[in-house]
Amino acid sequence: METIAAATLAKYIGAGIACIGMGGAGIGVGTIFGNYLAAALRNPSAAQGQFGNLIFGFAVTEALGIFSLLIALMLLFVV
Amino acid sequence: MDPIHQFQITPLYRIGKIGPVDLVFTNSALFMLITVAIIAIVLLVPTAGRALVPGRLQSIAEMAYEFVANTIRTTAGPEGMMYFPLVFSLFMFILVANVMGLIPGAFTVTSQIIITVALALLVFVIVVVVGIARNGLSFFKIFVPSGVPVYILPLVVALEVFSFLIRPVSHSVRLFANMLAGHITLKVFGGFVIMLGAAGIVGWVGAALPVIMIVALTALELLVAFLQAYVFAILTCIYLKDTLHPGH
Repeated sequence: METIAAATLAKYIGAGIACIGMGGAGIGVGTIFGNYLAAALRNPSAAQGQFGNLIFGFAVTEALGIFSLLIALMLLFVV
Repeated sequence: MDPIHQFQITPLYRIGKIGPVDLVFTNSALFMLITVAIIAIVLLVPTAGRALVPGRLQSIAEMAYEFVANTIRTTAGPEGMMYFPLVFSLFMFILVANVMGLIPGAFTVTSQIIITVALALLVFVIVVVVGIARNGLSFFKIFVPSGVPVYILPLVVALEVFSFLIRPVSHSVRLFANMLAGHITLKVFGGFVIMLGAAGIVGWVGAALPVIMIVALTALELLVAFLQAYVFAILTCIYLKDTLHPGH
């Protein structure tokens, strides 16, 4: 019984630790949108053409945060 | 009160058993059918007249067409228009399913990972099959970027293969996780309203704060619903571009 309780405890702690990785993705997404906004204010006429690149960079960066969320969800519901 | 309860799949009508498969018409299937019906009505009915000066509904259909067509042209090039039916279907299905999920009480189809995985694997299989059918073995050039020094090439190829294989995972989990997290957040704030409202007159005043928060979050979720459909479509275009020009 003790080992099962310890395993459950470790599972929840692990899920919490895995969520720290999403903070890194948050920094990355903030950098992307912040730099896009800074560049768009300098040269508004070129901003519209870079919207697709913005979304692509956002999606690729967000994917890394999604992976850590995936680990947390797997620890909670699958393991 | 349980914020996960909204994702429960409930059987509505049992069709019967075919072999080991238990065929059941669920609420998920019902909302998928409603999604397809809405898309069909919005696209077919107003465009049947083909007015030269479009009315309100015909404008929606034309705007949706132009939007997706522009996305494909800018990301995959003019040749990418051969994939227009696929990208348009995916975009419209996800968009309508996401937005319909925001209606209180409605079931969000895209918050089920099995559905997003099915959509992402469809794109993945099409990229592999069409890529090899169109380009033959030169399709594998997508793993070998040009202009990379020979001594780091094995590492780069290993990374490219890994990132190619991880695509369906990130493609599907992104949509699923965004929808799941947004709807759980809305339900948690809804729970605050109920808890504070049960506390009497003082609680009713306090409950106004989470209500305002829910309104703001719903607006944010509307943006996310559109953005995730757009992201799914634009990534599909970028993946499909590999089948047109591998090795770039």
